[in-house]
Amino acid sequence: MIDFMVVVLVAAGLVFFLGGGVGILRFPDFYSRLHPAGKLDTSGSVLAMSGLALFVLFPITLESVLTSLKILLIVVIVFLTSPTATHAIVDAGVRAGLEPWQKPGGQAEP
Amino acid sequence: MQGFFLGVALVLGGLMLVSLYRGVFGPTVLDRLVGVNAIGSKTVVLLVTIGVLYRRVDMFVDIALAYALLNFIAVLAAARYFQKRKGLRSTKQPKGIIISGEEL
Repeated sequence: MIDFMVVVLVAAGLVFFLGGGVGILRFPDFYSRLHPAGKLDTSGSVLAMSGLALFVLFPITLESVLTSLKILLIVVIVFLTSPTATHAIVDAGVRAGLEPWQKPGGQAEP
Repeated sequence: MQGFFLGVALVLGGLMLVSLYRGVFGPTVLDRLVGVNAIGSKTVVLLVTIGVLYRRVDMFVDIALAYALLNFIAVLAAARYFQKRKGLRSTKQPKGIIISGEEL
């Protein structure tokens, strides 16, 4: 039962990572590429790390509980640092004056 | 269960190659930074998976923790450095940018 939950969580994290990779590869613009890069990597990390922490937790000893808590600490640090890094990158883009992508022919529309 | 984690590590390596394309061929410097940041956040998961494979999770968790902080510092420093630089735009005009007027 625990193994099944571990497989489901880690596979869901890999699905999120796959979506982030496809988005980084295929979006047309720097600003729109930041959206999968900042968002899907965070959610993929929390799902995959939760699965790994659940796998490490059993059998329950003091050492395994501490290791599992450390893995969750990594998740907390990723949740703090990944949006900050994304904001720093988009701030650098705005200050450097990069124009956002527009649809070809979109200027004529009202 | 070890075979599953080996497959997970291989899939993560393949996805890092996908992000590496953006890191190598990105039109601007910030595109490359986005690709490298994505590779770094996948590497943290890959390190813990390697720790499970080698049955030394208690050691690899510390390495992953240090790598997460180091990746954050590197991306933040690079973003702060490149925002003042000239020449951030790509030399060739990106495909989707609309310039008003035909002459260019």
